[in-house]
Amino acid sequence: MDCVATGGNVKVLAKAIHSLSRIGEELYLEPVEDGLALRSVNSSRSAFACFLLSPLFFQRYQTPSDQSFRCKMPIKSVQSVFKSLSSLERSVEKCRIQFNNEKSRLTITLHCKHGLLKTHNLSFQDCESLQAVFDKDSCANMLQAQSRLMVDTVLHFPPSLEEVNLSVSNDRVWLRNHIEDDADSSRAMMTELCLSSDEFDQFAVNTQTSITFCLKELRGLLVFAESSGLPVSIYFDEPGSPVILSVTDSVLEANFVLATLSEDSHPKNHVNANTKHLQAEQMTDDFMCDDMDSVLIAMETSELPGPSHVPSSSSPPHNTNNRKHPASEDEEEEEQEEALIERPPNKKFCSLFFGSVLLASSQLTNQTIQNQEVLASDSDNEDQTES
Amino acid sequence: MPLSTESQTDNDQYILIASLDNARNLSNILKAISLKDHAIFNATQNGLKVTVEDSKCLQANAFIQTDIFQEYIIKEDAVGFQVNLTVLLDCLTIFGGSTVPGVCTALKMCYNGYGHPLTLFLEEGGVVTVCKINTQEPEEPIDFDFCSTNVTNKVILQSDSLKEAFSELDMTSEVLQITMSPSHPYFRLSTFGNSGNAHYDYPKDSDMMELFQCTKTQTNRYKMSLLKPSTKALALSCKVSVRTDVRGFLSLQYLVRNDDGQICFVEYYCCPDEEAEEE
Repeated sequence: MDCVATGGNVKVLAKAIHSLSRIGEELYLEPVEDGLALRSVNSSRSAFACFLLSPLFFQRYQTPSDQSFRCKMPIKSVQSVFKSLSSLERSVEKCRIQFNNEKSRLTITLHCKHGLLKTHNLSFQDCESLQAVFDKDSCANMLQAQSRLMVDTVLHFPPSLEEVNLSVSNDRVWLRNHIEDDADSSRAMMTELCLSSDEFDQFAVNTQTSITFCLKELRGLLVFAESSGLPVSIYFDEPGSPVILSVTDSVLEANFVLATLSEDSHPKNHVNANTKHLQAEQMTDDFMCDDMDSVLIAMETSELPGPSHVPSSSSPPHNTNNRKHPASEDEEEEEQEEALIERPPNKKFCSLFFGSVLLASSQLTNQTIQNQEVLASDSDNEDQTES
Repeated sequence: MPLSTESQTDNDQYILIASLDNARNLSNILKAISLKDHAIFNATQNGLKVTVEDSKCLQANAFIQTDIFQEYIIKEDAVGFQVNLTVLLDCLTIFGGSTVPGVCTALKMCYNGYGHPLTLFLEEGGVVTVCKINTQEPEEPIDFDFCSTNVTNKVILQSDSLKEAFSELDMTSEVLQITMSPSHPYFRLSTFGNSGNAHYDYPKDSDMMELFQCTKTQTNRYKMSLLKPSTKALALSCKVSVRTDVRGFLSLQYLVRNDDGQICFVEYYCCPDEEAEEE
C-alpha cells in the first residue's frame, strides 16, 4: 500500500483522524479500490464513523496487490503523528502512508519544508473489516444544512449533554436535550430549538418522527465539517433506526452512523438474534451484539470472505422496533432474548442500527449454519456451537 | 537604575555585585537550565556561570558575560556558591511577569562571601524588595572533558526546526537517539516508543542547517528524561550547535538573545545511555 497526500489534503487527513478519535480508541485502516477507508467505532458499538478518501484525494494511490490489507492501531499513535494542525499547515508538503511488508509496520512519512523528513513507523494489528451496515437511501427523511447552522445549533447545548432529540414535522425541525424519564424534573433544564425548513439546504421529510441520539460523538463530525466548509446531510428514519450524518465532497465521504433510542425503551431491545444472521452478509467484526464478550470472540474468529455488502433497500424499513422479527426462525431467539437479564440503561443504544436491516428467511437459514461456529453469545443459547 | 538606598560602606563589604536594569535578562536564561533545585554559581572577571546537574549524567550551564550587566564588580578571582535555583527564580520574578513595555524589574545582586546569603535588591515602579537567599558550599561541577579536539561531528541548526521536533518527541520512548553522519541520514533524531519508532531527518543541505561538519557515522542514545528539559533552552534560542565526541558525549550549545538583543549562551552536556551501549 502506498498513498501520498499533498498540500492542504494533509491537513484534511489529519482532521479526519482527529474526528475519528472522538468516536473510538482504535483506527481501522483499509485501502480499497474506492479509496482509503479510515474507520472507528465506539466501545458500546453504538457509534461508527468512516472516512472514505477517494484515490483522487491523493497524489498517488496504490492499493496492495492482494487487496486484503487491513489493520487497526491505537488512534492516539496516529494522532501524535499529526499532532499540531497549525504546524502541519505551515511546514508539511507531503504525507506518505506505506505498508512496510518486511517489518510489519505502517510507515507515515511527512516531507516538510527545509528538507526535514519525519518518519513514523507504527505497529498495527491485523483485523477484520469494520463495516456498519447502513443505507442512506432507504431512510425516510433527509435534511441537509450548512455546517455553520449545525454548529450554531449545537452550541446551545452544554458540552456535557449526552443525548439530543431531533424531531421533524412537515416544515419544522426541533432539537431538544433528552432527559431521562427518571431524572429529577425539578433540576432538569430543557432546551428546545426550532428551525424552519427554509434554514436547510434540503428538507425531505416523508415521515414525521422523533429520534434521540448521542450528541458527543457527533461533535467530531461537526468540527470536521465546519473546517472544511461542507454541508452536513442527516439521514434518519424511525426511532431505533440509525441516524447517518454525512459530509461529502468530490474526493471524500465521511459517514457518522449513530444508534438512536428505540421507541420501546425496554433495556432488552438489542439485536442479538439478527446479528448472527447478518454476520455472514457483512463479514464484519460482530459489533452488533450487546454482549461484549461475544463481540470480542466473534472479532477474533470471524473469517468470512466475500465483498462487503450494503443490504438493498428492499429490506423492510418499517421493522425498526427490534422486538419484531419477520422470520419464524427468529422466534426461538426472541424467546431466548426474553430470558436475558436486564442490561444497564446505557445499553439501550447498543447496536440498534442493525434493527432496520433484515434479511429474507432463505438467506437466514444459510447464514445461520455458517455462523454457528463463529459466534459465542448467550450462555442460555444452547443451539449455538461455541467457537 | 542604581538603588540609592545602599551606602558606600555596604558596597565595600560585597565581593560580588552584579546589577541589571532588567532582571529578565538573568531570569529567562536561568529558567532555561532550571532542571533541578540547586545551582552552582561561579563568578569570574568574565561574567557569571551558573551550573545545574542531573544524576551526574547531565550538566546545564548558563553564561551571562560581564557586558550584559549594567554594573559588575568582583573583588576576587573567582567567587563560588550554591543556591536554591527555584527560590532564586521566584525572587527574580517577585513582581510577577509584567509584560507592560517599559516596565521591568531592576536587580542588584550582592554577595558577601562564604557563609553569607545571596542578597537581591529588586525594584519595580518605585517598590523595593530585598531578598536574602541562603547559600551553600558549592559542589565541584563535573568536568565532562569535552574539548573541541575530540569532536567528531558538529552541526549548527536554526532552532526553529529543532523546536518543532522536540515538541513532538514521543515521550513514551526512554531514549533519544542521535545519529550524525557524513552520509545519509546526516542528522537524525529517533525515538522508540509504545506505538512504534519515529525518525526526524535533517539533510545536510537544508537551509536550516548552518554548519555541517560530520567526519564519522555515529549513533548514540541518551535518556529522554535527561534531554527533554533542554527544550526550554531551545525555545529561547535562535541557533543551536550539536556536537558529539569520540566517546559519544553530547554537547548542545544554544545561542540566546535576551530582551535587549544581547547574546548569551546556554550549554547542555549529556552522557550517552550506558545500557544501550552494552547491547
